[in-house]
Amino acid sequence: MAEIIFRTQGVTKVYDTGQVKVHALAGVDLKLFEAELTVLLGPSGSGKSTLLNILGGLDHVTDGRVWFKDTELTNMSDRGLTRYRRDHVGFVFQFYNLVPSLTARENVQLVTDVAPDPMPAEEALELVGLGSRMNHFPSEMSGGEQQRVAIARAIAKRPQILLCDEPTGALDSTTGVQVLEVLNDINERIGTTTVVITHNAEIQRMAHRVIFFQDGKISEVRVNEHRIAPSEIVW
Amino acid sequence: MQAIDKKLLKDFQRLWMQAIAIALVLACGVAILLTSVGMYKAMSETRTAYYERNRFADVFAEAKRAPDSLMAEIALIDGVISAEAQISGYATLDLPGLTRTAVGRILSLPETMPPALNVPLLVSGRFPDPVHTDEVVVNAPFAESNGFKQGDRFSANLRGQRRELIIVGTVLSPEFVYTIGPGALLPDNEAFGIIWMSERAAAAAFDMTGAFNYVSMALASGVQSQPVIDEVDRLLEPYGGLGAYDRSDHISNAFLDSELTELRGMAMILPPIFFGIAGFLVSMVMGRIITLERSQIGLLKAIGYSDIEICIHYLMLAGLIAVFGVLLGWTAGTILARAMAGLYAQFFNFPYVIFRVSYWVYAATGLVGIATTSIGAMQAALKAARLAPAVAMQPPAPPRFKHSRVDKAIMHLRLSQSTVMILRSLLRWPVRSFLTSLGLALAVASVCAATFINDALDEIIDHAFHQTNRQDAMLLFADEVPEAALEDARNLPGVLLAESQQYQPAVLRRGHLTKRVAVEARRPGSDLSRVLDKDGEVLDFSPGGIVLSLRLADHLEVGLGDTIEVEFLTGRRETVEVVVSQVVELYFGLGAYMDFEYLNALFRQAPRVSTVNITLDETQLDALHRAVKDTPEISGIIEMNVNRRAFQETIERNMLVMNAIYIGIAILITIGVTYNAARIQLSERAREMASLRILGFGRGEVSYILIGEMMLIAVIAQPFGWLIGAGIARLMTNAFTSDLFAIPLVLKPSTFSTASLVVLGAALASVLIVRRRLDRLDLVAVMKTRE
Ligand SMILES: Nc1ncnc2c1ncn2[C@@H]1O[C@H](COP(=O)(O)OP(=O)(O)OP(=O)(O)O)[C@@H](O)[C@H]1O
Ligand SMILES: [Mg+2]
Repeated sequence: MAEIIFRTQGVTKVYDTGQVKVHALAGVDLKLFEAELTVLLGPSGSGKSTLLNILGGLDHVTDGRVWFKDTELTNMSDRGLTRYRRDHVGFVFQFYNLVPSLTARENVQLVTDVAPDPMPAEEALELVGLGSRMNHFPSEMSGGEQQRVAIARAIAKRPQILLCDEPTGALDSTTGVQVLEVLNDINERIGTTTVVITHNAEIQRMAHRVIFFQDGKISEVRVNEHRIAPSEIVW
Repeated sequence: MQAIDKKLLKDFQRLWMQAIAIALVLACGVAILLTSVGMYKAMSETRTAYYERNRFADVFAEAKRAPDSLMAEIALIDGVISAEAQISGYATLDLPGLTRTAVGRILSLPETMPPALNVPLLVSGRFPDPVHTDEVVVNAPFAESNGFKQGDRFSANLRGQRRELIIVGTVLSPEFVYTIGPGALLPDNEAFGIIWMSERAAAAAFDMTGAFNYVSMALASGVQSQPVIDEVDRLLEPYGGLGAYDRSDHISNAFLDSELTELRGMAMILPPIFFGIAGFLVSMVMGRIITLERSQIGLLKAIGYSDIEICIHYLMLAGLIAVFGVLLGWTAGTILARAMAGLYAQFFNFPYVIFRVSYWVYAATGLVGIATTSIGAMQAALKAARLAPAVAMQPPAPPRFKHSRVDKAIMHLRLSQSTVMILRSLLRWPVRSFLTSLGLALAVASVCAATFINDALDEIIDHAFHQTNRQDAMLLFADEVPEAALEDARNLPGVLLAESQQYQPAVLRRGHLTKRVAVEARRPGSDLSRVLDKDGEVLDFSPGGIVLSLRLADHLEVGLGDTIEVEFLTGRRETVEVVVSQVVELYFGLGAYMDFEYLNALFRQAPRVSTVNITLDETQLDALHRAVKDTPEISGIIEMNVNRRAFQETIERNMLVMNAIYIGIAILITIGVTYNAARIQLSERAREMASLRILGFGRGEVSYILIGEMMLIAVIAQPFGWLIGAGIARLMTNAFTSDLFAIPLVLKPSTFSTASLVVLGAALASVLIVRRRLDRLDLVAVMKTRE
């Protein structure tokens, strides 16, 4: 059996907005395994992003506990979480969040300069098929290209986990598929545990496992017997 | 309240820290403008009113002794509408309770009161009764400083006669708004007083029955003073005329003039800087707001708000900042004006000072403040108005960075990514970086200008008191005395060393250029009073020529070896031709010097002295003063130590105030500029910085980008600030250089380092405040919103 990368136990997250308390997560128990590609599906507001942010060390739980391997993240200090993100986590967001004043290569170097065991920035960009655009600024690239730079930046440190929140949300179908291929490729080649949040039900067909969210809880977990290649996905 | 107005208040609330930072800078401009314009108006209006009501004369002349009959001729001079003769003289005073020797300027009051010109204004008591020749009135500040009341008595040494005088009243005179004793550097109301007595009494005291030695004339309006001066000089020539002069050379009026010029300079130099910076800050902040609110603007337009309404909406936001700044400036300006008025009251004796800032000055300064911010906001507001709704709803394209040559250089340097980000951002917004830097440079310059004056004055004080005038005291004689008096002086109690010095009033002439000066002479090798040039070299003068200070030589347009005419106004009143044997650069005065023996030879007389410089055994000071009060020939004693101390204290106090003000100004500018620039940085790059944090960068690493960029701009600003500061210092030395003295351009490294420390310190503090916001940045929230 594969090693457990993430384990959560009764995680809740309550946002106190003054008048009302929003229960974004209402008791989530979950295990994520090494080298697994998981897709999170669920209606808007069901708590997917909240969970992802907690797993990535961007946010704290209200109640419950979270482990990364043997390390408990639950009450880790800000400094500890920063270190954890730097050493282990890669993020990809819907809006690419590149630094506009840095070229593609330099954006990746932001990470390779500080990570303990990075791959060369050039290699990471090759992996996402942008070997020829290394010296371009974000303003000189398309949305899909920018997103692939963001992925290259996320994987360049050889992270153990790659957390993607709607990575294709701002892209058209063809470009989106290219991005998914990159994610799949990296998952297969490097064995990075990957979590992808999406609103696109089609994308679940490329996952090892699909987790359904509803009202801050996991409503269903489904293991895919037959995965399909991203290139076969259309929407 | 309409929804759009609510948005306005919300925006303002969100921006309040930035708004305050801008408002403070604006307030500075308003306050200084209010104070200087207000004070200028108040001072000049008061002066005009006072001069008019108390009939301050236009032309003045002194003579040795002119017969009263001459007045008929003077009154007939073309343009003279009234003239009045007076008897004027100096006396040493023995004041109860004052060990120091006080000096009094005696002036006569006409038989028929009130006088036609320079009418003294009775503050208390009454004018002297012509029959009682021991009755006098004195100037009110003198009475106040010495605690005199009506009926108090003191004794005066009038030409060798000790006389008991009774104070029957106190007055103020338009002739003595600024009262300074002979040889003094600052007003000293305790030891120098103006004493008015009846004509009879003065005539008896100075042996002037049927004669006068001081005349004042009022001119018809629009009449030039020079022809009148020439005519008066011609009439007084036979009677020892010392050269007539107009208001511009009247000492009290000249001091008022220079103060007014200074106020006007202050109004013209400083406020524009503040308004400029405030305008720039407003435009920077408004520009950012418009970028942030792009989609809101699009929405407002889509639902039917007109372009003008939107333009006005954003102008109102700037208007709120302006109103805030103007109110603050008015408050500060009112307080400042009051403080200045207090300061002026110390130096200038007006009877009824209208130190009230009129409403129109408030209105004008307020308008200027609001206009400045509106101009600053206009570009941004117009941009908002012009934005097409469809375009506004789309997110703005990411800022374009280009591969410039500088950029290649940056890449070759192999700098860290954060440093590259800092450098590229500076290059990407060069105008903004430049203006920000310029703002900080002005702050540096402001401190430079203030501290430079310190060093310059230190140098002047050292030069004047420790190098040039090293005597402990000066003994003044009513008339020149034979040099044998030096021996008598040496025998006075407490006198250790005594050296002679001579002053001869003269008119120097070269073609049509003339200047009235006192030609100075002292024995070669004199040690107590010396003449030093700007390099600190002691100068000795060889016989057979006249030595001119550079300022005087420039005025007469002469150089080394040229011949000038010297018309002596004393003795035989002869005019001689003399060669300019040397031109020297001096800090003080319009010096003209001759060798002692040579000067006396020109006068065809045995050497005589006008003053004796002495060093003292301080323990015998009281005995000396007692002796001086009993020596009729001595008309006064100037204690240089007292002078020195008073001057230094006054200067130091003023410098302290001035430094505090300028450093305060620099700090305000720095905070205003840095805080706003950093806030805008943070707002523009919040996403970028949040991404870095998510990538695993620590708080310190991320804030390095913010602090690094701001501090780099601040550091770049330093050399420019030094340059501007040095330029201002040069301007100030030129502006402050008058006939009286020159300010040396002393620029020490400490001037620049102090300025840089103050500004860099304030800049760092401002960025650190913004850094606290960066630390509190909510990563998740920032990433969720799309720019
Ligand atoms: N900072 C916040 N303050 C208050 N409520 C919040 C906050 N962030 C999220 N929520 C609430 O928590 C719930 C879960 O939000 P979350 O972003 O995790 O949903 P999601 O499943 O990712 O939705 P979507 O698919 O639309 O991105 C929502 O009801 C949301 O309104
Ligand atoms: Mg989400």
